[in-house]
Amino acid sequence: MMKTIRFAAPVAAVLVGSAFASTALADELNLYSARHYDSDERLYTAFTEETGIEVNVLEGDSDQLIERIQREGVASPADVMLTVDAGRLWRAEQEGIFQGVESDVLAERLPESMRHPEGLWFGFSQRARAIYYNRENFDPSQISAYEDLADPQFEGGVCIRSSNNIYNQSLLASMIAHHGEEGAEEWAQGVVDNMARDPEGGDTDQIRGVASGQCDLAVANHYYYVRLLKSDDDDDREAARKVGIIFPNQDGRGAHVNVGGAGVVEGAPNRENAVRFLEFLSSETAQEIFASGNNEFPVVDGVKKDPVLESWGNFKKDNLNISELGENNPEAIRIFDRVGWR
Amino acid sequence: MSHSDSRGLSALTERFSNRVNVWSVTLFLIALIVALPVIVIFAHIFMPTEGVWQHLASTVLPRYLTNTFWLVLMVGIGSLVIGTGTAWLVVMCRFPGKRIFEWALLLPLAVPTYVIAYAYTDFLQVAGPLQSLLRDTFGWEYGDYFFPNIRSLGGAAALITLVLYPYVYLLARASFLEQSVCVLDVGRTLGRGPWHLFATVAVPLSRPALVGGVSLVLMETLNEFGAVQYFGVDTFTTGIYRTWFGLGEPVAAAQLAACLLTFVVALVLFERASRGKRRYFHSTNRYQQLPEYPLYGWRAASALVACLLPVLIGFLLPSAILLQMAIAEGDSLFGTRFIGFAFNSLSLATIAALLAVGMAVLLSYGVRIHNTPFARVSSRIAAMGYAIPGSVVAVGILIPFAWLDNAINTWLQANYGHIIGLIFSGSAFILIYAYVARFLAVSFNAVEASLGKVTPSMDAAARTLGQTAGGTLRRIHTPLMRSSLLAAGILVFVDVMKELPATIILRPFNFDTLAVRAHNLAADERLAEASTASLAIVAVGIIPVILLSVAMRRARPGSSAR
Repeated sequence: MMKTIRFAAPVAAVLVGSAFASTALADELNLYSARHYDSDERLYTAFTEETGIEVNVLEGDSDQLIERIQREGVASPADVMLTVDAGRLWRAEQEGIFQGVESDVLAERLPESMRHPEGLWFGFSQRARAIYYNRENFDPSQISAYEDLADPQFEGGVCIRSSNNIYNQSLLASMIAHHGEEGAEEWAQGVVDNMARDPEGGDTDQIRGVASGQCDLAVANHYYYVRLLKSDDDDDREAARKVGIIFPNQDGRGAHVNVGGAGVVEGAPNRENAVRFLEFLSSETAQEIFASGNNEFPVVDGVKKDPVLESWGNFKKDNLNISELGENNPEAIRIFDRVGWR
Repeated sequence: MSHSDSRGLSALTERFSNRVNVWSVTLFLIALIVALPVIVIFAHIFMPTEGVWQHLASTVLPRYLTNTFWLVLMVGIGSLVIGTGTAWLVVMCRFPGKRIFEWALLLPLAVPTYVIAYAYTDFLQVAGPLQSLLRDTFGWEYGDYFFPNIRSLGGAAALITLVLYPYVYLLARASFLEQSVCVLDVGRTLGRGPWHLFATVAVPLSRPALVGGVSLVLMETLNEFGAVQYFGVDTFTTGIYRTWFGLGEPVAAAQLAACLLTFVVALVLFERASRGKRRYFHSTNRYQQLPEYPLYGWRAASALVACLLPVLIGFLLPSAILLQMAIAEGDSLFGTRFIGFAFNSLSLATIAALLAVGMAVLLSYGVRIHNTPFARVSSRIAAMGYAIPGSVVAVGILIPFAWLDNAINTWLQANYGHIIGLIFSGSAFILIYAYVARFLAVSFNAVEASLGKVTPSMDAAARTLGQTAGGTLRRIHTPLMRSSLLAAGILVFVDVMKELPATIILRPFNFDTLAVRAHNLAADERLAEASTASLAIVAVGIIPVILLSVAMRRARPGSSAR
């Protein structure tokens, strides 16, 4: 047994040492990211090419990253935290892990709704939560708003994923903001009563459910649909062709959109690099990578959109203050629990 | 079987040992190190939570409890039956393909639950190839025909059983291989047939190993997250996660975790109590080639099918599905980056496996020679980390080490004006710590079951002949337990390869493993691309499984004599 230990100790030392080496570079940026798309690699490479700053990445779940930054405290190497959901930006802000940033570049390039008033975080891409229908047997004029999903006439027809998912939590949080807690609970109950099946799978599975005839209506983020449309797999494209997309609430408040955003972490060891990185994210190059890589909507005007997104034209977005999504998140979970939305 | 009072053993060792204190201190230190996250979690119990429990109890808690109960019950029974049955067949019977099944039955071990869930969901769902084929062939529409939904409690239980039964198989087989022919011969002489021998002699004698295997399976099931989350089956573990991050109630989540732990402890204590004062020793060291029952005709065919099915459904089919997906549209990063991922996975798994086995030996031997209630409780606590969900363990470790790092850095800043960064919480150290804390139970169960079978008279003889406690361990026990140590090593190795939640939270910068890669893609609903990394986990995992499985066969005492 002693042999084992004698062997293990140096191996462990080497491993630990190598983990250090990577964080000891001089000109670097430490990024905690909740995004994990392949296009992100291109984003970091482009940044390094432009500035010479190396990017160290730690990918994880937003909540876990927030937890980790908090625990790491003064010694945290984190410079920038990148997330994909407004509710999480708000939570990070609440936990006090962001510091204010003043940047003329960001002020000029980003629309006001994409900037926190004190510069704690900035939004860099948008995704819409849309409704899908089966082109063959469903008349899309029957539905125009999220509220319609709770209409008893669609009983047994609605497919939507589990309430464990943050996208649904944010959607319900926006319903709370617009209709109050009681109204939102009524709506959630109505959706549960209309469900075609118990919530299962991810957003893509809901769209596939519509294509296979299991559901008449589904709810999913727009880029999952675009991904199916552009898939290498014939079956995927075939499925997507059977499905139509509706941007809800166009006559009212607009479709629910969520934001991918980032902020500079309080006590960031490489603050300057962090600000440069945020500025880079608002650049044409970065915005195009966002738009083409994950088919998201760029937030800077005039950036070339993905052809599919372009073909949809402009749609009305719900300009609800992002902090409301975060504030209402715990209440949304309670409502989900009460109405039995798995 | 010899009935022996445990006090006899410890009294004996105490008399002969002048190093008892060293062992006792070692035992305590290991227990303390490993129990750290458990203690941190339990520390939350007395903190107040405003109305969260009321909300949980009146809404989701009953569902968490029933789902978890059924899941644990189904997986427990399923893996006990499959694992013990197949182990007995390959050890004691002769039938075509036996040699292959000996190691092939371990293969599903290399498949993480979340990976098998991804593979089968894609294959069996309404929009998947199988049902589409059925619809096209027979002209059915959705709803015209019955097809069981894989995304259900039953589906989750079936898939989890299929990849976890090897825990029982591995320990059961090791135990059957270590059994003494003499005992079986006595049974035969008394007129027992093969079934009777299995039920009344072999299984009861292997009880510690079987219980060890099943309890590993149950703990793994309790903290299973990937597959149940993917299937939308709400269990205790998904509930903890949701309470923590969704409701934003870490204290209530930790309390839920503490409940889960209490349940596990109760289960373990119940089993111990039902064993009573019985102990299971090998009272002889005579080992011969085990006699095999030759099977012919339909018996051989049934044995073949019984061994083939778990391998087919638990390994071959999902691998084929993944392979097909990987070829059709694989991971764009496949190539040199993948070597890096694989290297990270392999080195972490190797180090963690060596440490966990080493500590398990010290721990179980410490209890053996210093069998006080305190020692027993320490060893139990040390092995509890396994039952806590990985993400909770991770935070339980992060809290104290991040605090330590902060204290060091603050002090350095105050005195020397610069900081050195996160020595513990920002390096691979904390990751390995987490693995050992989580998986010590795996190696401990295996080692303890094996050590428990060595008769105390061996210790007595060795000590009488002047060996120290350490010398006895090295010269007597370690060689005798060789195959079980290997089994323990494999289990930890493969577990680390598959581990996800703690790896995600604790890993250092730019340090991705295969599991992390697979998860990131799958979480983004790109299953086809995740298939490459998933396959790689399976591929890297089966090599040691096969190698060690072969070594295990050779390690049967007495087999070299042939």
